[in-house]
Order: sequence, then C-alpha cells, then structure tokens
Amino acid sequence: MSFRSEEPSVSEGTGGRALSFFQERFDLDDSSLATTLDTALERSVDAADLYLEYTTTDSVSLEEGLVKGGDRHVEQGIGVRALRGERQGYAHSDEISLESARLAAGTARAIADESRPHTPVAIGARGPDHDLYPIDEAPTEVPVATKVDWLGEIDAYARSRDARVKQVMASIVCQQKHVLIAASDGTRVADIRPLVRLNVQVMASDGTRREVGYQGAGGRYGLDQLRDPSRWKGLVDEAIRTALLNLEAEPCPAGTMDVVLGPGWPGILLHEAIGHGLEGDFNRKKTSAFSDRLGQRVAAEGVTVVDDGTIPGRRGSLNVDDEGTPTRRNVLIENGVLVSYMQDRLNARLMGVEPTGNGRRESYAHTPLPRMTNTFMLAGEDDPEEILRSVDRGLYAVSFGGGQVDITSGKFVFSASEAYRIENGRIGPPVKGATLIGNGPDVLTRVSRIGHDLALDEGVGTCGKDGQGVPVGVGLPTIRLDGLTVGGTQG
Amino acid sequence: MSAAAGRETMEETVQRALEGAHRAGATQVDVLLVEGDDREVRVRGDEIELVKQAQERGLGIRALVQGSDGLQAAVVSTSDLAPDAVDRIAEEAVALARATAADPAAGLPESGFAETIPELDLFDPADRDVPLEARIEDARRAESAARGADPRITNSEGSSASSGFARVVYGNSLGFLGGYESASHGLFSEPIAREGNSMQRDYWMTAGRHLRDLEEPGAVGRQAADRALRRLGARRVPTCEVPVLFDDRTAPSLLGQLAACVSGYAVYRESSFLADRLGDTIASERVHVIDDGRLPGGLGSKPFDGEGQPTRRNVLVSKGRLETWLLDHYSARKLGLESTGNASRGAGSAPRVGTTNLWLEPDTGSLDELVAEIDRGLLVTELIGMGFNPTTGDYSRGAAGFWIEGGEIAHPVEEITIAGNLGDMLMDIDRVGGELVWRGRTASPPLRIARMTVAGE
Repeated sequence: MSFRSEEPSVSEGTGGRALSFFQERFDLDDSSLATTLDTALERSVDAADLYLEYTTTDSVSLEEGLVKGGDRHVEQGIGVRALRGERQGYAHSDEISLESARLAAGTARAIADESRPHTPVAIGARGPDHDLYPIDEAPTEVPVATKVDWLGEIDAYARSRDARVKQVMASIVCQQKHVLIAASDGTRVADIRPLVRLNVQVMASDGTRREVGYQGAGGRYGLDQLRDPSRWKGLVDEAIRTALLNLEAEPCPAGTMDVVLGPGWPGILLHEAIGHGLEGDFNRKKTSAFSDRLGQRVAAEGVTVVDDGTIPGRRGSLNVDDEGTPTRRNVLIENGVLVSYMQDRLNARLMGVEPTGNGRRESYAHTPLPRMTNTFMLAGEDDPEEILRSVDRGLYAVSFGGGQVDITSGKFVFSASEAYRIENGRIGPPVKGATLIGNGPDVLTRVSRIGHDLALDEGVGTCGKDGQGVPVGVGLPTIRLDGLTVGGTQG
Repeated sequence: MSAAAGRETMEETVQRALEGAHRAGATQVDVLLVEGDDREVRVRGDEIELVKQAQERGLGIRALVQGSDGLQAAVVSTSDLAPDAVDRIAEEAVALARATAADPAAGLPESGFAETIPELDLFDPADRDVPLEARIEDARRAESAARGADPRITNSEGSSASSGFARVVYGNSLGFLGGYESASHGLFSEPIAREGNSMQRDYWMTAGRHLRDLEEPGAVGRQAADRALRRLGARRVPTCEVPVLFDDRTAPSLLGQLAACVSGYAVYRESSFLADRLGDTIASERVHVIDDGRLPGGLGSKPFDGEGQPTRRNVLVSKGRLETWLLDHYSARKLGLESTGNASRGAGSAPRVGTTNLWLEPDTGSLDELVAEIDRGLLVTELIGMGFNPTTGDYSRGAAGFWIEGGEIAHPVEEITIAGNLGDMLMDIDRVGGELVWRGRTASPPLRIARMTVAGE
C-alpha cells in the first residue's frame, strides 16, 4: 500500500457547501456567529469559539441471514467555549439557534467574573486548505435497499466459503457530519466529513471449539469504494481465515521474548505506547512519561514516527481539526529523536508553540483535546522475511484487538487477535490470547529491524480518551522488537 | 426551532411520536424520550480547569411493521423535538422498517408491563438547587487533599465533580406510558506521585444518586494520593503461577465479563463460552451473583426496563450454579424464555440486554485479612487492555498491583499480565471478602483466584 499522500487539491467545494448548509438550515450567518462570540467576550476571557454540528449516522445490520434492523440517528447541537489561561468554560445545547448559542455563551463565560470592553469579533471567511474527501454521493444518501441487498450478498458469500462458518454478522455504518467552527480570532471554517465502515464477523465451529473472526474496513470516502466485490470479499475471506486459524490455535507462551510485528494494524503499538504520551495536554501538565524529553533519543536509530491528518480518504484524516486549524503532517520522532508533540489551540498557547491540527472532539457535547489522526512509522530497508528469519524463538503478531496505556507510568498493553510462535526463524503454530505489555518510553529503543513494507490499517480504529471516541488510523512496516513481555498462559 | 415557551410535555411528545408512527403504518411502535441536565467541573492545582454545563434531549422511535413472516424493525432518533420534526422522523422510522427483513422474533412484549412505578429513591430534588460553586468547592477540597497528602505528590490530572439529572419517558402502542426521574453525582481525583525517575498516577472516585451518598471530598483526595504513592517503585516479577487477589476496584470487571457471557444475545448467537451451560456449575460454590434493578438508591436502579417491563431481582449464579440468562424480550423469544427485565436502551438504539445493579455476595474478611492468608501471590489493583474473548473465555490482561510474600505486601508491581480462562477462573475462586462497596452499577468484594499465570520478566 502506498502511504505517501499526494498533494491534496484545493477546493472551495466542501467548505462552501458546509457553510451554506448551516446558513440555510439554521438561519445563522457571520454576524450571528460574531454576536455569539461577542457575548462570550464581554467578560475578560482570552478567546472564545463555537462549534456547530449536524451529523446523520445510519447503520444496517445482518445476523442469522436477516437484516434485522436499521437505525438512523441525527445529532445536532452547538458548543460554546470561553478560554482564560488554563480555564475552559463550556456549554452546549442540542438546539441550534442564535438564542441557544447566546445562552450557552453566557454560561461558558462564567469562568471569568469581571467584565471588560473588547473589540467586536470580525469573522473572516476561510475555506479548508485541502479537500481530502471529495465524494459524489453522501454515504447516508445511498438507499437502504442497496445496503440491505449488499448485506445479503455478504452473508451468502461467507456461508459458501466454508462449512464450518456457523454465524455471520455484518453491518454497514455510514455517517455524514457537517461542522462549522468560528473563533474570536476571526476563524470561520466549515467542513463536511463522510465516514463509512463495513464490519464482518463470523463464528466458526469444528464441532468442539468455537472461534470468532472479525474484519472491517472504512474511511472518509463514498460507499462505492467498499462495494467493489474484490474489496468486500477480501474482508469476508479474512474474517473466515482468522476464525478458522483460531480454531487451531494453541495457548500462548508467557514471558519475555523477541517479537515481530506485522505491517498495518499492529501500528496500534505506536498509538498506545508512544502516541498518547506525545499529546500536548499531558506534556503541558507534565503528567506524561515523555514530558520534557524533546530533543532526546526515545527510539532506536532509523525509527521515524509521524502523525499525518492529510492523507486523502483515511479514517483519521480531516481537512481542518475541530478547532478550525488545518491538519498537517507532523513528524513526532525523527530518526529516534523526539521532535514534536501534538497540540490543540489551548495547549499550544500555554506551551508557546503552534497548534498542529490535532485539536479534536467527539461531538459538540465535548471540549477539544489534543488527539492523534493517522499515526505510523516510516518504512525501513529490511526484507520482512529476513526479519522473521533473524528470530530464533519468539512471537509473530499480525493483528490486534485493542490496547490501552497508562500515560504517566508509560505502561501499555495490547491484545493480539492473530499471532504465531516463531521457531528457528520460521512461522510456527498459531497461538491465542497473546497480550503484549511494555513501557512506552522504552519500547521503541528495542526496535532492531524495520521492514520496507509499510502499510496503513484498513480503517477501523477508534481512539478513546476522557470518554470521547474519535476515528483514527495507524500504520507500521514489519518490525522486530527485542525482549518484550508476552502475556499468555503457558509459563 | 421550538422555543422553550409552549413546549410540549415529554409525555405529549412521546404520544405525538407514537401516533405519528401509527399513522404512517406501523403495526407496533415504542418511543423513548430522555432529557438530561449535566454539569461537570474540574480543578487542577489551584486552577478551575473546566466548567461544563449542558442540556440534552434524545427521542428514539422504534417502528415495527408487519411483514410476510414477522415484523420488520427500525429505530430513528433525533434531538430535534419540534412537533413537525417528530412527525417527520416517525414517518422515517416506518419507511426504514419497511426496508428491513421480517423477523419472526421481533416485536414488543405482549404483556407484563410495569403497573406501578415504585419509589426507588433515585434522586433528591434538593440536589438540583446545589449551586455549581458548591461542586467546584468539592473538587477543590479533593484536589487540595490529594496535593497536600505527601511531598511526593507533585502533580495531578485534576479532581472533578459532576452532577447529572435525567428524566426518562417510555411509551408504546400497547398502551404503556411511564416515566421516572433520576440523578447521578460523582467526585473523582487523580493525583501523580513522583520519586526519582518513577512517576505514578492513580485515582479514587465516589458516586451516588444523591450528593449525600458521596464520600467526603478530603477523603477522596487522600485515598487517591495514597493509591498513587504506594505504586512508586513498582517493578516486574518473574513469570510464575500464583494465587491472584482482585481488590474491590478490579473484581467488578470479572462480573461484567460474566454478565456479557450470560446475555441472551451471546447465548442465542452461541458467541459465549457459557452458551450451553444453563443449570451447570460454572463457578466455585462460594460464588453467588445477583442482578437487582430495584435496590433503593442504586446507580443501576430503574422502575422499568427499556421495554416497559418491571425490573426485578435475578439470581444469576447461586452456589456456583448458573441459574438464568439475562434477557430482554427479543433474546428471550429467541431462546423460548421470558424477559428478565434487563432490556437496556438509549434513545438511539434498539433494546439490548444490560445489567442493572450487579454484585457478588460478600463472604467474610477485609482485604488486609485476605492478603494475610496468601503466602506468595499477587494483589491486582488495576487492569488495562481488552484481552478477553467471550466466545472462548480466554483472558489475558495487563495488570498492576502488589506482590505478596508471607502474608504481607512486599512491593508494588507493574508491567505484567495475568492470564487464564474465565471458565477456570470462576471455578478457582477460593476466597471472597466480606466488604461490598458500591462505586458504580457493578460491585464486588475482593476475591481470590487460586492460580493464574503471571507473565513478567
């Protein structure tokens, strides 16, 4: 898979359409946005911003051969924030109107008590710098009947592949999110963000054991990309392969060993072990294991890690972040040395640096936080097969369920959904229930080989922080890590 | 946009939605409306970091339309409660239902709806009048107690206080219409301890339906600080098989995993390792697990479930024997059984199975006494990661806690995993403590599992 983003084309289209959506639907124009911000600024706050959202999400799901349910969810609202030093006042309402916006602004500004004169806000029109997800048809506009028929094809195909497939569950989730962001510095930017996802889960049984296999894919593109039969059939085949493989899997060994991570989704290692620790809020507060370590070596030579919100169509990509800052490609670790944190506006201001386009939020009901977009390690030069051959006894982990990190101690964990023993440089039997655990600031210093096969994941990741979930991407080439703790049951 | 003045009552909005869906051709329909009023404040060091206030509404309509062989179902939800918007989404729900497949098991429960709404003490009206400043003061006191507990507490992620008030109204086309109010309040503190190069965070929290249920703010801060401090100097231990003691903060997660495996959906899908074990002994005889939606003041209490069925007390496991599944109407029908009153539902989704107040019955002994009984083993105080497979029961999670040697805490432990299979772990519970404290909807006394694999150095 190619990962290097092409130069995105500049388009007035998406931002312009998003703006007129709010103007027409809610009768809000630049002067009403400015008036609301003025209400917040009547107290002595440093800055204020507004976030308007109108999101339609629909999903259709199948099990037992039936599309048993469909649902459609409209989420709309406005969030108003006032900022003063480290303080944030935030109020939100699910009613988008000038009246509710001014009420919310009045609440948000309560973090400052004294009033003061201020210069009225002048809203300036500005489109996003790039359009990373131009689509012809909103995924939420694709007729339900089309999705229902497609799920039926998926079910029939999966059941035809192997008699051990006992259950098939599949769902198609489509979202179209309109946002409008305005801030007291004059920012006014709008965006329309499509997001699609196909999930396939099969349960296979050999008569004695039952195992589940899952595969999903998605991104910010039209549904047509996933409807290509070679694409979705590949996902179904993967789900079946994983379930059948796990029927054969042995208990996982426990202890410290060399670990080879396969390309793509195992990049979740970067997300957990490194990424969260490099978010600006933890570093401004100095609660991260990476605090005050800019300029220091935190990874082996040759390791370069980037967070890039500008890759067209990716699940973690955004034209602008949720504070209106254009996204960009941020190098976090360059050749083993820590060079940058990820920032939202609040933490950037408090740390005296530029925002990096990482200010994200789940919805209008949440305050922005520094968050990742698409986080991956650049490719090296090693041949992936040669990397496997270099390991005498160890673990080869190809896919993962999920992970978690303790930012402060740096300890992370993630659970493999597909893994094998490595014996004498060869891939051995599959093992189940492998969990990897380690120390974030230390794990990348254990990278001893980097493959040339960088891949990004299929587009299914959701990152949780402070109770907010946002879509993200990860990526990794095949790498070897020396001496990682593997948690299994076989001592 | 509907203005605040002249707004319909919640019951009127639910009636409008029911009628709208009926007019559009729904054979059956049910409607859930939730209105919430939430506040959250966070203090970090001397600064008020966040003051957040919100009012939220959600209306969900489930329409069921007669198909060739059963009912076709769909759910549509919105926060726009203007009468014309409600009429429109009622029509949308019916149109969407017509596009789905007929399902012989779909439908509303035929009968058994809650006839009375019991008083469950789910909120105190006086708590609504408590000013935001008082909650800021609670957070401040917790934060300053945590920061002042020890010179090694050098930093924090802050202390936060939250209060939420909600009103739920549920109605269906079979004539049930009911509502109730509830509240939940919380106080949370997360300090950071530092000594040399070791930096550790931990937290403490308290929650309840009434402000008076909460632990005193200073105690919350001090407890959080103690927990962070005692983790300083944590290290790994060699890979071994030892008894593992879960404290009252980590033990409830095992009950949550058990509940997921006895949910009717996991059972009829055969995606639970317990799917064919009803009536069998699945845990040691010390294990009694109960789910009760009617505990007065319980954080999981509600008078009726997401389908209008009365909540009740269900004994899931008695002396280690699996007594019942957790069921809503749909999963009950799939299994040829009756609902256990465990339909859980938000405005935006169809009913699913959920627990209410879930707990493991206490036996005897304090945590210290349980530690003293272990010659060589592990006390787990924190679990991270998602290493649990309900289909097989395979369990492998990251853990932190304390090494026990000769009945005493020897040193803090981190960067290890504990692994086993939930089926074996339940059978291997050979000790249950005597203290049950509610901090959420699920509670457990400390419990000991005779043997698990600990992976470390």
